Amino acid sequence: MTGESCGLFEYGHRACGGCAAAMAARTILDAAGKDTIIVSATGCMEVFSTPYPETAWKVPWIHSLFENNSAVASGIVASLKKQGRKEKVIALGGDGATFDIGILCLSGAFERGHDFVYICYDNEAYMNTGIQRSGATPYDASTTTSPAGKCSTGNRRPKKDLPMILAAHGAPYVATASVAYLPDLKKKVEKAIATEGPCYLQVHAPCCTGWGFEGEKTMTIGKLAIETGLWVNYEMEDGKVTRVKKVVRKPVEVYLKEQRRFRHLFKPKLNETEIAKIQAVADRNAERFGIDIKLKK
Amino acid sequence: MALGLGCSAKPGKAKENRTGSWRTFRPEFLHEKCTKCGLCSLVCPEGCIAEDGEGQPVPDYDYCKGCGICAEECPGQAIEMKKEEK
Amino acid sequence: MMEFMEGSHAVAHSVKHCRPEVIAAYPITPQTHIVEALAEMVANCHLDAEYITVESEFSALSACLGASAAGSRVYSATTSQGLALMFEVCFNCAGMRMPVVMSIVNRALGAPLSIWNDQQDSISLRDSGWLQFYAEDNQEAADLHYLAYKVAEDRNVLLPAFVCFDGFILSHTYEPVDMLTQEQADSYLPRYTPVQRLDSTDPISFGLFASPDYYMEFRYQIDQAVKGAAKTIAMAGREFGEMFGRDYSNLVESYRLDDADCAIVAMGSICGTVKDAIDEMRKDGKKVGLLRLRSFRPFPNKEVRSALSGVNCVAVLDKNISLGTKGAVALEVRDALYGQQVPVLDYIIALGGRDVRKKDIRAVVDMAGQGKGDLFHGLRQELVS
Repeated sequence: MTGESCGLFEYGHRACGGCAAAMAARTILDAAGKDTIIVSATGCMEVFSTPYPETAWKVPWIHSLFENNSAVASGIVASLKKQGRKEKVIALGGDGATFDIGILCLSGAFERGHDFVYICYDNEAYMNTGIQRSGATPYDASTTTSPAGKCSTGNRRPKKDLPMILAAHGAPYVATASVAYLPDLKKKVEKAIATEGPCYLQVHAPCCTGWGFEGEKTMTIGKLAIETGLWVNYEMEDGKVTRVKKVVRKPVEVYLKEQRRFRHLFKPKLNETEIAKIQAVADRNAERFGIDIKLKK
Repeated sequence: MALGLGCSAKPGKAKENRTGSWRTFRPEFLHEKCTKCGLCSLVCPEGCIAEDGEGQPVPDYDYCKGCGICAEECPGQAIEMKKEEK
Repeated sequence: MMEFMEGSHAVAHSVKHCRPEVIAAYPITPQTHIVEALAEMVANCHLDAEYITVESEFSALSACLGASAAGSRVYSATTSQGLALMFEVCFNCAGMRMPVVMSIVNRALGAPLSIWNDQQDSISLRDSGWLQFYAEDNQEAADLHYLAYKVAEDRNVLLPAFVCFDGFILSHTYEPVDMLTQEQADSYLPRYTPVQRLDSTDPISFGLFASPDYYMEFRYQIDQAVKGAAKTIAMAGREFGEMFGRDYSNLVESYRLDDADCAIVAMGSICGTVKDAIDEMRKDGKKVGLLRLRSFRPFPNKEVRSALSGVNCVAVLDKNISLGTKGAVALEVRDALYGQQVPVLDYIIALGGRDVRKKDIRAVVDMAGQGKGDLFHGLRQELVS
């Protein structure tokens, strides 16, 4: 049966089975509606959705380069303003495009205050080129350029705090979300669109291929990230944290042991020292955002 | 066939690529157990689960890659993944 | 109306006449006077444009690309390092067929750092798919912007265009310039109507990736469009001449070339000096002429071949060097003359603002007469021996 797809993101795209970025794209378009112009950075999402001539996008869409989607979006916003047009502009990029190579353009566009939404689907490494580390890769994750080995336990640095950097630009609305909670993501996209000025959304997008878990577990892994405090869903308005998803926290091991990228922490033998460091990251997150639900005893 | 100016294209042509051939496991929808909550349709990365007139989920097997998220997330265990037989 | 104007201001005024809707630029010497003048026009409501003060040249051209895709006429200006930073976006603009017009205030490329003039910057982008025009004086620098928009936006072309003019030598020099009025400009250059644009009522995808099954055909089409632009330039240049008396229909200009034994080939402001030197040499009985290239892309192969068919030697003045071989202009002139017996000798001159005087031109002609060439002229020998 080949029916009409109801969404604005056409099926037939070439994302891996179980792809979180594809889920995010669908949800974002569902929230944004047809009067939206999408500016994609080079990356997985761009590649799996637009091999010529088979575009999956049913809204106006443009891709220029890896690192310039914010600048291209600036130009589009200026042009629309000049023409008196009302379409909304959303720039989409993976964490490599957003945290690393595109941060110059991103910072410039936010400082200038263009009215657009930047959405980063954060799968915590360069997945399109084969799982190399980025500034969004978490501590101790094994990637192809930060492999765990005899002398290394994987990525040496903690994840860059990009939402705070963008909040410091004076962005009126900054939020994190996860594909594990799609209705929440949808609401945040709607809110970002409705907010005037540059808004930033960072969406946790577990990557089955890059992180090493079965495709059907994408949502499960996303939920575990939140339940362990290694990913926090929150909203910031005018620089202040206004809403946080609270959880009854689980130990980080339950999240880590499900993924090949952390396997070296468990095999050949349990690395308690490193796991304790990752637990400390979660503890700091919990303290900073107040995510812990206190259970009555 | 004329090329799109500057490598541009008309919308939605991805549909010509039938990703159903990727599938090794096939979701079978057990309508008697389905509560019509719509979660399977929401989480499907392909967006290829529609609803019939009764609100029952109808997958489009021309595009379903068989990732199994729908089965994994279904709160009523109303979707079973079966090995594809071609 | 004839006005005594700085080159940058003349250019800024003709850009204003072209009614760009979005301007994105980043300051760099010696381009600044243009973008400052435009900012002032916007600030005083003399120009109704969105002016984006980007954080880099890379973003300047990226923003122009976005605005162009959304359906606006756009403008930027840069030079040297700024253009080098735009390299990736330059190829993208041409490949995506965005008719962006950008002034290049020619300047040397580092290292060593130099703010002074040569043409290494724009010539290094020769493979990018941008049209490249080179002005001899401020009049031409101003006029070529109207022409550039007209050609770039033509449906048979749809390519971005550089209008190149020499940094400081032209940009910071006052000359009398016959400026068009806004009404004249409007009658020559109509409002921009994009062939396709980002628009939710007709949602096209721009900038897909091409597999090996498609990539070559797209590149072929761009090449065809650049080559085909020659015809559009001829038409638009003739129309400009008919309307305002200055004809730009020819991609090249010949000066005292008809009976010349030796032809100099050059681009840009140096041609003024060359013409003066030729007049002097003619008085001394030396039959020297000049072929000035106004368009470097498309490269005027046929015109070069036909203009130089009768000469005994060709001396190319290159304000650039493809390190490890020769100057780019000489290489292309030699290619245009392939199969003809005339020797083409290359002279790398004026790099990084090194002054070129009439006596240098005479020296080059003398060397060419002796078959001596393919060298740097004007080196301080005491520093390199």
